[in-house]
Amino acid sequence: MKTISYLLIGTFFGILMYKSEAASWFRIFEMFQFGSFHMYGIIGSALVLGIIGIQIIKRFDLKAVGGKDMHLKPKNKSVARYAIGGILFGLGWALAGACPGPMYVLAGAGYVSILIVLFGALLGTFIYGIVKHKLPH
Amino acid sequence: MNWIYDPWPWYVAGPLIALTMFILLFAGKQFGMSSNLRTLCSVSGAGKASVFFKFNWKKERWNLTVMLGAVIGGFIASHFMSNNTVEIAADVAATLQEYGIKSAGTAYLPSEIFSLEALNNPTNWLILIVGGFLVGFGARYAGGCTSGHAISGLSNLQLPSLIAVIGFFTGGLIMIHLIYPLIFA
Repeated sequence: MKTISYLLIGTFFGILMYKSEAASWFRIFEMFQFGSFHMYGIIGSALVLGIIGIQIIKRFDLKAVGGKDMHLKPKNKSVARYAIGGILFGLGWALAGACPGPMYVLAGAGYVSILIVLFGALLGTFIYGIVKHKLPH
Repeated sequence: MNWIYDPWPWYVAGPLIALTMFILLFAGKQFGMSSNLRTLCSVSGAGKASVFFKFNWKKERWNLTVMLGAVIGGFIASHFMSNNTVEIAADVAATLQEYGIKSAGTAYLPSEIFSLEALNNPTNWLILIVGGFLVGFGARYAGGCTSGHAISGLSNLQLPSLIAVIGFFTGGLIMIHLIYPLIFA
């Protein structure tokens, strides 16, 4: 039952990414060219509603299903890892024109070449795990 | 029947992304797509190479299931709900023409890079592999990607996420405005 729920949430998210064109290379290129409000509108409106919703959750101390605490842990403090990691991610996001969510979506849509991107992403994740202790965090 | 195939506007998509995040929060989980890449490494036995991959990946099965759903969603949307073309701003399409990418408006991904024929060009392999590598490496280094930082983290007013998102855009702008002209000139 739980598995089906997560599968449905994922399917909904996949359709959403594809239909909003957030999974399109063209939209990512256009965003970084400041050519359209579309991507900024998507991220911005998700964010405004996200901030309001999480404030409500905190104000009323709402709990997750089963009375568990919400998963809202503060992130570890650091500047270097977020700045350097963030810039590396941004370079890749613009080069491949896809971030992780859309990669899975595009694989399902049948774009064989995205599997090369996914392989690269797995390799990048793996290499990070190997060299992690040598990097500034 | 056009409404089925038309793209969803931002004011529909953005709120639905927030909804996705809230559904997962109420399920006791956190919305984040790139951690699946780490989990997949663990499943494949990367724990032998680094303790970073030594964790109980079975606890992350829920997120792998969401990922599998995203794959199914991509299949459904592309086959039954889309004409698989993306219209972008005319001046941006003109810039792409100068780069030799002429498929704007007629494809969902540029066929000059993503079609099977395009794989005859080694440059495209490099774009795909290096792009993917930077996404995977950068996401783990930064501790999250667009969903984990730009949506989940910023919604929770996390300063680290703000730094990461500024990084995402800095990297993206450098790539598009400084490196693309070198690659596609």
